[in-house]
Amino acid sequence: MAAAAAALRHLAPVGARLARLPPRDRAAGRLLQQRRGFRLSAPAAIQVTVRDALNQALDEELERDERVFLLGEEVAQYDGAYKISRGLWKKYGDKRVIDTPISEMGFTGIAVGAAMAGLRPVCEFMTFNFSMQAIDQVINSAAKTCYMSAGSIAVPIVFRGPNGASAGVAAQHSQCFAAWYGHCPGLKVVSPWSSEDAKGLLKASIRDDNPVVMLENELLYGVPFEMSEQAQSKDFVIPIGKAKVERQGTHITLVSHSRPVGHCLEAAAVLAKEGVECEVINLRTIRPMDIEAVEASVVKTNHLVTVEGGWPQFGVGAEICARIMEGSAFNYLDAPAVRVTGADVPMPYAKILEDNCIPQVKDIIFAVKKTLNI
Amino acid sequence: MRKMLLAALSRVLQGPAAATAVAAGRTGAVSEASRVMVASRNYADFASEATFEIKKCDLHRLEDGPSTTAVMTRDEGLHYYKTMQIIRRMELKSDQLYKQKIIRGFCHLYDGQEACCVGLEAAIKPTDHVITAYRAHGFTYARGVPVREILAELTGRKGGCVKGKGGSMHMYTKNFYGGNGIVGAQVPLGAGIALACKYFGKNEVCLTLYGDGAANQGQIFETYNMAALWKLPCIFICENNRYGMGTSVERAAASTDYYKRGDFIPGLRVDGMDVLCVREAAKFATEHCRAGKGPILMELQTYRYHGHSMSDPGISYRTREEIQEVRSKSDPITLLKDRMVNNNLASIEELKEIDVAVRKEIEEAAQFATTDPEPPLEELGNHIYFNEPPFEVRGPNQWIRYKSVS
Repeated sequence: MAAAAAALRHLAPVGARLARLPPRDRAAGRLLQQRRGFRLSAPAAIQVTVRDALNQALDEELERDERVFLLGEEVAQYDGAYKISRGLWKKYGDKRVIDTPISEMGFTGIAVGAAMAGLRPVCEFMTFNFSMQAIDQVINSAAKTCYMSAGSIAVPIVFRGPNGASAGVAAQHSQCFAAWYGHCPGLKVVSPWSSEDAKGLLKASIRDDNPVVMLENELLYGVPFEMSEQAQSKDFVIPIGKAKVERQGTHITLVSHSRPVGHCLEAAAVLAKEGVECEVINLRTIRPMDIEAVEASVVKTNHLVTVEGGWPQFGVGAEICARIMEGSAFNYLDAPAVRVTGADVPMPYAKILEDNCIPQVKDIIFAVKKTLNI
Repeated sequence: MRKMLLAALSRVLQGPAAATAVAAGRTGAVSEASRVMVASRNYADFASEATFEIKKCDLHRLEDGPSTTAVMTRDEGLHYYKTMQIIRRMELKSDQLYKQKIIRGFCHLYDGQEACCVGLEAAIKPTDHVITAYRAHGFTYARGVPVREILAELTGRKGGCVKGKGGSMHMYTKNFYGGNGIVGAQVPLGAGIALACKYFGKNEVCLTLYGDGAANQGQIFETYNMAALWKLPCIFICENNRYGMGTSVERAAASTDYYKRGDFIPGLRVDGMDVLCVREAAKFATEHCRAGKGPILMELQTYRYHGHSMSDPGISYRTREEIQEVRSKSDPITLLKDRMVNNNLASIEELKEIDVAVRKEIEEAAQFATTDPEPPLEELGNHIYFNEPPFEVRGPNQWIRYKSVS
């Protein structure tokens, strides 16, 4: 049983590792994982890629509530730039799945206005880099309106799309916006890692009556994760604002969100061989952040390392460290909290340079050992 | 001549009581008896409606335009007069309160432009939708928010229409989406509201207003494109008051034909100082949209007496003579008054009575706005989210927490 459980835990980092393989190897790896999955998982669990999980979530929510509609560039007839909305236009038609011209500021404003008037739009940014063109509508029109109107106007909208580094897309297409959107009251910001995260959080976001920014990750779209029977249900939602402990541990707490969660689990597997047991927390939500989960973990382990893909200054890790200092968990720290982040440079193109700009497993292991002084 | 004869005749018919009524009108107190007499005399003396010639609109990509004649009933005229007068006096009262530092921050006044919001409201239904920029007090009133709630919002009191949370630029009510502070941002929002109108299929339209300054914003052109592409029932309305803050239209726009700037979108240029012109043009535009023909653009040529905001005296980029000329030749309230009196729809005395009643209403509203308490501190954290269980919000330091309820 313990061996099975341990093997199960390995599935996740394998999944993350798969993401870095070229497509042909990825397919072979997926098959292998599927076989492994069938042998070792609970009876009704299946392997589902993040892409398919998102697609299911959209399909289910479009069906459930006719006020929900999807708009963005290439979401309809192209099946989505990253195929997230595959098949949806064919099923639901022009009214529910709308292709927009390349006009981020315009179509984002239109989506926000539609939400104010009672619809429930899902506004896709082809990547969040392009959301900067529309950020005024996200912040000033969507996030602040409920407050300014003393609660008389709700803006039930979801802004979603891939965020952060991809592979070889260079500086203008690799920025992480978790800190930017996480900064603003009035928004909720979620950042899924696994397929369950993706499906449960997207459904929850669509059902939420507030503007939600969902930061996906392009490199995770093709990665399969195990999805429990419960997660396959049409009513499966994950509460916004609750973190998940992906791996129990006693020596140190690793807190992360999105793709780096996979790297943390890989690092934890390596460190376990050396007798260091890491507790890995998947934040799942950036705002409102479940700092209580982090605090409870730090009280137990006395050491903290935060891991994120975004730049270090004013980032998610900086916020976690500040809040830990302010709270009761500070007294339980045996060493200063440490941050592992993207390098403080615009993303370069050459592979060797790019690889060294994102937090790798070795960087996490190094940080852990430094913190534990081993 | 005819006017003199009519006046003489009515004096003869009314008799001595009328003189009392008139005198009473001047001092602001009308006795019950004479009021009844005046009322019953009104019914007999005045026309129930009149037809007016109005200026022809310049057309863009339209074969036909709005009618060049407008029928206005006595009741309509009195309603437009009172509404415009209320807005005028409300804005002047705001000016006063701002100078007394009882209103803070931004305050963009609408006096001079009253015919726009009143004419537009006259052409649409309460179930239609309106969104505008920050010069919004007139629309807020026209859409149904009482003066006292507008003034109390300006003075930041709990009785304000949004509990003091929004202020001058962020007032809302049913089917009125503000009050928007970011120049031009309200235009895509308006098209989105129009998209919802089309989606729900209830034959509603959205009036989406912006100024001559905002007309040069890129997002407006993005919105024109999508509104036309998707045939959204969106009426784009440019309130051209000739100046974007301190910059005249000639210095800001390569083309000042704002009604043509929608290119593939048909457009009308309308005399925005004439409430009937605005009304007829808006009726034409709403028919166009409700017929499923897609968006349409209206440019209302209007004028603001005040500067851009209360911190702008408004005379460094335009002359006092220009302001005075507009006031004397094109004031929307005076234009309506003259029309009504000259066409026997109302008497000068009656309109003066309305003026008195309006002044009283504004005074009472201002009294409320200056005495109502400020919102309680607990309000600070509220309404961050909609329909959310209560949670805590951080204050200026980690020990100060506010509860946030929806």
